Amino acid sequence: MSYSTKVLDHYENPRNVGTFNQDDEGVATGMVGAPACGDVMKLQIKVNKDGVIEDAKFKTYGCGSAIASSSLVTEWVKGKTLDEALTIKNTQIAEELALPPVKIHCSVLAEDAIKAAVADYKAKHGEMVVAAACKG
Amino acid sequence: MHSMNFDFSKNHFELLGMTPAYRIDLTKLEQAYRDIQSQVHPDKFAHLNDVERRLSMQWSTQVNEAYQTLRQPLDRARYLLHLNGFELHEETNTAMSPAFLMQQMEWREAIGEARAARDVSDLEHLSGKLRADVLAQQTQLTALLDNDRNFEKAAEVVRELKFMEKLREEINYALEAVEG
Repeated sequence: MSYSTKVLDHYENPRNVGTFNQDDEGVATGMVGAPACGDVMKLQIKVNKDGVIEDAKFKTYGCGSAIASSSLVTEWVKGKTLDEALTIKNTQIAEELALPPVKIHCSVLAEDAIKAAVADYKAKHGEMVVAAACKG
Repeated sequence: MHSMNFDFSKNHFELLGMTPAYRIDLTKLEQAYRDIQSQVHPDKFAHLNDVERRLSMQWSTQVNEAYQTLRQPLDRARYLLHLNGFELHEETNTAMSPAFLMQQMEWREAIGEARAARDVSDLEHLSGKLRADVLAQQTQLTALLDNDRNFEKAAEVVRELKFMEKLREEINYALEAVEG
């Protein structure tokens, strides 16, 4: 199977590979895995006080398409609010990277990683949001 | 041959005369497969008319598929779940337990490090540990499918085994790369 130029670009020069300290302020982690291929993906976001994702990092063990999908979404989520990030769909990822049908699950994995990271952030900060609202 | 009953509605277990269960007698399975295939072998089609020949070939294909599915533990488990109305959704179900996924990350890191260090004994140690883990999972799966009939939990264990299969491949690649 041949990879598209965009997949190869992200695969050879992955953006934002790495890990944030899970305990740092505003950091949230999404972990997902695809039983179809055994790929595992960790996506971390760093959210500022205004609820905007200012940085993102990933670590993915998987094929080129899985690595490219996660690399791409770290770029896409930066500068987005949490709700905006949740609008990213796997079909957009698959289209951008020209993924063949057998690799669609890699884009599903990346979409679900964003959702998991946002859910983790909300779970961690849920109480704080309520507390802030009560003050007003 | 003429008495052959082509009942295409039979499931894989029925077709090969096996009790539907995860724990099966592989010798009996292979014997049943050989018996049926010997009756529908293409060499015996020569004297048949077109319709009979086509049916025999379809039958042979179905028997083959049944055998291939039932002889592989994970495929057999997936099929058993399917018969009981549970699908694995391997392509779209990405919500594994975080603890399990964290473990997977650690496994992958350990394999990657051993490979980078060209440490054969470390890789063999990982391989042995994985084999023990897989065996424990399979024992659990047998209990879940054959005794408890807890298909939801069984589906989760099968999904986890898929990741472990991938780990086995990764260790083998690493060993080939280091030893070769």
